[in-house]
Amino acid sequence: MTVTALPRRVARGRTLGERLRSTSATTAKYASLVIAAVVTLLPLSVLLFASLKTAPEYAQSGPFDLPQNWLNFDNFVTAFTSGKMLEGFVNTGIVLAVSLVGTVFLGTMAAYALDRFVFRGKKLVMGLFLVATLIPGVTSQVATFQLINGLGLYDTKAALILLFMGTDIIAIYLFIQFMQSIPISLDEAAMIDGANRWTIYWRVVLPLLKPAIATVVIIKGIAIYNEFYAPFLYLPSEGFISTSLFRFKGPFGAQWEVIAAGTIVVIIPTLVAFLLLQRWIYKGLTSGAVK
Amino acid sequence: MSLATPGSAPADAPAVLSAPVRARRLRGARRAADLPGGRRPTGRRTAARFTPWLFLAGAVGLLLLFTYWPALNLFWYSVTDWDGIDLTKEFVGFDNYVQVFTDPRIFNVFWVSLYYFAASFAQMAIALYFATILSFSTRLSSLFRGILFFPYLINGVAVGFVFLYLFQPGGTLDTVLAWFGLADPPQWLGNPDIVNWSLAGTSVWRYTGLNFVLFLGAIQSIPHELYEAADLDGASRWQQFWAIIFPGIRRIIGLSFILAIAGSLSVFEIPFIMTGGANGSATFVIQTLQTAFNFRQVGLASAMAVVLLVIVLVVTWIQRRLFPDEKVDLT
Repeated sequence: MTVTALPRRVARGRTLGERLRSTSATTAKYASLVIAAVVTLLPLSVLLFASLKTAPEYAQSGPFDLPQNWLNFDNFVTAFTSGKMLEGFVNTGIVLAVSLVGTVFLGTMAAYALDRFVFRGKKLVMGLFLVATLIPGVTSQVATFQLINGLGLYDTKAALILLFMGTDIIAIYLFIQFMQSIPISLDEAAMIDGANRWTIYWRVVLPLLKPAIATVVIIKGIAIYNEFYAPFLYLPSEGFISTSLFRFKGPFGAQWEVIAAGTIVVIIPTLVAFLLLQRWIYKGLTSGAVK
Repeated sequence: MSLATPGSAPADAPAVLSAPVRARRLRGARRAADLPGGRRPTGRRTAARFTPWLFLAGAVGLLLLFTYWPALNLFWYSVTDWDGIDLTKEFVGFDNYVQVFTDPRIFNVFWVSLYYFAASFAQMAIALYFATILSFSTRLSSLFRGILFFPYLINGVAVGFVFLYLFQPGGTLDTVLAWFGLADPPQWLGNPDIVNWSLAGTSVWRYTGLNFVLFLGAIQSIPHELYEAADLDGASRWQQFWAIIFPGIRRIIGLSFILAIAGSLSVFEIPFIMTGGANGSATFVIQTLQTAFNFRQVGLASAMAVVLLVIVLVVTWIQRRLFPDEKVDLT
């Protein structure tokens, strides 16, 4: 290549025009980033302002007026007590915990079978998991509802747990990918020591899968926390985090300061989770989609 | 059944095996090799053939029960006039399908998807722009990345309320427009001509972050030497984008494009939460669910769900033809 001849001209010999152009390009770049950040954060900030205002204060002030008292948490108390958000958080917590434990076990066991065994029907199973992602989830509730009803699970948390516990192709891919990096000689060594397949899965493979499990738990946990239609349809008489908030629409009608507080309450756990777990979240999403 | 089930154990046993074990392993391997296809029909091994299925039972069971069984039922319901309660279902042939394609109230909602489809282009363009500039060295890049991505993680109901508040008459958006001298803003959610643009805009705000992170991941997986070489050759950023970045992420752009079609046909949460489908903002999915659960026409709703399913499958098939060697997870 002609590389050796070129670098000096490029590195040092920039004309004034080139330097000017690159400065204005940099300015444009940062300006666009700031605009994007404002567009993203502004809708959230005005809601935060509203949530800290008293009712008369809210009625009199514009959306950009800052709250008089930044520590006025009355609306949050109202949201929690009359909005039944606590019930929503407890129910979501229970469903989240049970279905995450379930999905991790079912997912890792399935991945273990698919990676460490040779058997007929393996491709079929993979195909079934792959095609399942194509079936539009919400519209097929038309039929799923009849099934849940037929099983006598309508209006129980068990319905949600069963629906969320199923594993998906992304989790299975993640587990398999990770499992392939665990040497098979470990399995074999355990076999020689007299371990059966279950012991190998439980004692050898599962503990080594921790990073993949963490990724799946985080991605799936956020998805369950944000789930709206399933609790709306299958758990009408109890609150779930999304449905508790959704029901604010009726009783709090025009009380935007309370609705704003409820919305902020729902967003805060997501924000905390995001700040603490960024790295895992990015990794989970990109490994899922960019294969 | 420790050693009798060497499902995936390789034939070349590691040297650490003790002599009798190795002998047994070798005998096993030879016996397996004698049989066509290497299958082993002895008693213990027949039992061993079920072992993987024991591990798979839970996951596959739930998949069949909660995904495939309802999907099959959709096809069955769709040729009946079932209302969801009656014990008997009357077979009506393809009447429901005929109604899906001839009843303008049902078929017209497909046009609503076009707003979201148009919006998804804006979404991809914005995502691509920011993914590109953040892939070059930028101050505070992880902060900007976090801010741009965060909306994607927010609960759908919360997003709905954030934008209901923003679009209120006299609300945040109107105030901002007034600063720029636009004193007479329209009813963002009340005007049937505008409501779908407002909702599609909300959807852009919510989903751009995902596209952005996916594009960024793809761009960062391009070997860094390519940029360095281009820098040395004096290529501008614009040239680098077209010569290196764009070809490097063409696949994921193509995939996102196809996903945008499927996604805009199955829009649900944002319009359902914000307007409940009022003012002509009902999407095909909202219409399907209302048909099933409000109007109790499960048969017709199933036919609508099947139509959507078939469209998504066809779109995916086309995508497979266009990008044949890409392994795709559609999520």
